[in-house]
Amino acid sequence: MSGVIEGRDGPWEMVIGLEVHAQVISRSKLFSGSATEFGAEPNTQVSLVDAAFPGMLPVINGECVAQAVRTGLGLDAHINMVSRFDRKNYFYADLPAGYQISQYAHPVVGAGSIEIELADGSTKRIGVTRLHLEQDAGKSLHDQHPSKSFIDLNRSGIALMEVVSEPDLRTAEEAGAYLRKLRTILRYLGTCDGNMEEGSMRAGVNVSVRRHGEPFRTRCEVKNVNSVRFVMQAIEAEAARQVEVWESGGTVEQETRLFDPARGVTRSMRSKEDAHDYRYFPDPDLLPLVLDEAWVAGLRAELPELPDAKRARFVAEHGLSAYDAAVLVADQETAAFFETVAAGRDAKLAANWIMGDFFAALNRTGRGIGDSPVSAAALGQLLDLLANRTINGRIAKEVFEAMVDTGESPASIVESRGLRQVTDTGAIEGAVDRVLAAHPDKLAEYRRGKDKLFGFFVGQVMKAMAGKGNPALVNETLRQRLSA
Amino acid sequence: MLTDLSLVEARDGLRRRDFSAVELTEAHLDAVAALNPRINAFITVSADMARTQAAAADAALAAGEDRPLLGLPLAIKDLFCTEGVRTTAGSRILEPFVPPYESTVTANLLRDGAVFLGKANLDEFAMGSSNMTSAFGPVRNPWTRRGDNRPLVPGGSSGGSCAAVAARMALGATATDTGGSIRQPASFCGIAGVKPTYGRCSRWGIVAFASSLDQAGPVARTVEDCAVLLGSMAGFDPKDSTSADRAVPDFAAACRRGVRGLRIGVPREYRSDSMPPEIEAMWQQGLAWLRDEGAEIVDVSLPHTKYGLATYYIVAPAEASSNLARYDGVRFGRRVEGEDLTDMYERTRAEGFGAEVRRRVMIGTYVLSAGYYDAYYLRAQKVRALILRDFTDAYAQVDALLTPTAPSAAFAQGDKMDDPVAMYLNDVFTVPASMAGVPGLSVPAGLDGQGLPLGLQVLGRPFDEETVFAVGAVLERAAGFRHLPAIWAGAPA
Repeated sequence: MSGVIEGRDGPWEMVIGLEVHAQVISRSKLFSGSATEFGAEPNTQVSLVDAAFPGMLPVINGECVAQAVRTGLGLDAHINMVSRFDRKNYFYADLPAGYQISQYAHPVVGAGSIEIELADGSTKRIGVTRLHLEQDAGKSLHDQHPSKSFIDLNRSGIALMEVVSEPDLRTAEEAGAYLRKLRTILRYLGTCDGNMEEGSMRAGVNVSVRRHGEPFRTRCEVKNVNSVRFVMQAIEAEAARQVEVWESGGTVEQETRLFDPARGVTRSMRSKEDAHDYRYFPDPDLLPLVLDEAWVAGLRAELPELPDAKRARFVAEHGLSAYDAAVLVADQETAAFFETVAAGRDAKLAANWIMGDFFAALNRTGRGIGDSPVSAAALGQLLDLLANRTINGRIAKEVFEAMVDTGESPASIVESRGLRQVTDTGAIEGAVDRVLAAHPDKLAEYRRGKDKLFGFFVGQVMKAMAGKGNPALVNETLRQRLSA
Repeated sequence: MLTDLSLVEARDGLRRRDFSAVELTEAHLDAVAALNPRINAFITVSADMARTQAAAADAALAAGEDRPLLGLPLAIKDLFCTEGVRTTAGSRILEPFVPPYESTVTANLLRDGAVFLGKANLDEFAMGSSNMTSAFGPVRNPWTRRGDNRPLVPGGSSGGSCAAVAARMALGATATDTGGSIRQPASFCGIAGVKPTYGRCSRWGIVAFASSLDQAGPVARTVEDCAVLLGSMAGFDPKDSTSADRAVPDFAAACRRGVRGLRIGVPREYRSDSMPPEIEAMWQQGLAWLRDEGAEIVDVSLPHTKYGLATYYIVAPAEASSNLARYDGVRFGRRVEGEDLTDMYERTRAEGFGAEVRRRVMIGTYVLSAGYYDAYYLRAQKVRALILRDFTDAYAQVDALLTPTAPSAAFAQGDKMDDPVAMYLNDVFTVPASMAGVPGLSVPAGLDGQGLPLGLQVLGRPFDEETVFAVGAVLERAAGFRHLPAIWAGAPA
């Protein structure tokens, strides 16, 4: 994906910005004590505040503020020590108060940035404009009754962080990388679970196109896209639509659109005529949000190591390639798994095992790293058996598969199946002699100069030894015998 | 008669066992039954609940409990949500609404042993100065002009609360003040009323009109009664982010402080050529009383006073337009079915809201709209800051201010109804203190030539209600206001 669209009369460039709504991990809602658990029975997690009963008042949940500040720190962003909550007014059945409490003019977090990695190994720094806290709305269910809509207010009032990027993204790939990186950072911080399927992370995509070197043209926002793949598809579809509009002499109108993944197109959601006038004004029920320097410093001190720092450390400390390090840090659990396996061992070997056989086994068994059939300790023990030459590399793969299937420790598998590597020179010599004796024709060919038959003999010896021969000793013995 | 007692006298009588709480409550329920058909001060009478509470109070008194309001029957403005008792805000849209919760202020009163007689009438959503906008009919002022039986308004929006107290149907009442809704009706009904500092009483559970201005306070027949009531109503509430985390002083004790050595300011901008001479004279009389008691009278300036009313009628409707959005027919209150969601909203709100509420929602929506926000709402907020600065500057020179409460005495039902601006002018003296959030009190100071009560307003520093009570109590003693309205419990038939 180049980001360049070849139009009828020349190339077009995409300009993309993302607005990500990330649901804050917190036990209770932004302004009420109701629980936030996903998947509860409809309307079981609704307080009188969430349902906007007369006289009910919002009280800010300090943990949600802490989560927003942690996220801001994780995005290397400016923390605004004074911010403010505003009301965004509009009528809808799942918006009980008739307004959403949000931060319009004065967000809690200002400018920051995210570094993304692209497939070609390059990196790019994407600006983050701001992050603000706001309430989620409830959910309208239109498929429960032939003529009525049902309202579930469980989500009403749950805290969201809206993370707005600069229009720095130029390709769908960059947008995808940005989303994945943001999700990784949020998960590292423990501020959002990043689960797009459950709706705890949702993206709005601002797309425009322009000729190279032009100022920005009119953008459209594609709302509520719920997977990284759909975001990338929506960008391609919307950019292509806009190119078509411009090239056929039309004008792109600023509007909100929806992406239809089934048809791969965007369609208009609401036009300028019925655009809302949200009548933002400061919420008089809430005082300005004033943060304490020491409190912010405390949050900063408790931040976990973030993916960029961890990746750099993996390269510097463990000698991994930038690519391997990036793969391993993409998920905090994987990174921790790697560090456990690599501790005191060959880190590159550990990385290769994790990214190779281990990931393949997870894929095959449909398990995640959290419920992996092979623990980091067990994988480490397997590497130890390799290092102290109890088993050879080929047997190690066999032992690993047995670990996946049975959950047993590598040592017990090696013992019970008799997979210990043979280092007894007498046994090896015997096997070598038997193989050479069984293949006089091949031996003759080798002696006439067909060197590559050496591998054939190694294979035959290993086969004769049921794979357990020490490869170095087998090679050495064969070489001696053949040169004799 | 038990209804003749002040709240403090009734409290002391109960403590002495001169009578029981049940007797006291029954006397007031009898007065309600007799007078409410004429005055319409109550939307809902909770007689059974009152009797149960009174019986419980007698048991508590017998057990030796000593709570500040034990067994004292009160009226509750129907803007305070009361658990299990219908709460209408004077609006058709909340006609069927029975809250499953108790407002913080009324919960505080119940904690201190109060008896609730019922829910007092008010202008719809507290929007009005006459009580004419209630969906449950106008309240009649118990006072009439001498020789003229035409019904007068009690003022608003706490007109039901003030009329109930003036006619001796209740010892005291809760009220709320957004731009004068405690002080102006107290003045019209010849009783005392206190709007405390913004943040002194929790707003939790009070149907919101304009959140940055709304403040609960008491009305009663004496200043000390108000002090006792406010002592129970006030206090920090973690459920209201704008409530002040401050200790509640002994307001009743402050009533006995006197004014010796206090500096009392006279804001020159409150003087105008159009002020009725009787009100000007009463103002001068009030200043003389304070001077006689040892206060020093000082001229001060509140230069932005003239912008107060205009600013108020931007800020308050703006907040109201947003606060009233929740009355949409979806979750509670009245719903009028429609063809689709928007149609349902429009029908529900068109039928549910009266004309004045609709007017203010439209004004508020307008001043917050894109393209008008800067010219109206933002400008109003800036002027509001200047008004607050006026008071801050004045309080650098004086301890309290004295002004008339309202530019007139009570007017006839139906007057000013075709001229909203004339109606809004009722609040000209009360609105600036609301905009600044400072405490204020209205105390009856005398009668005008037609025999109608006139009130004086005392304004104080933020969270210095004690000085306000001290000044108010001195004025009350000096005025010796003993006049009775035309309609009152125990009036000769």
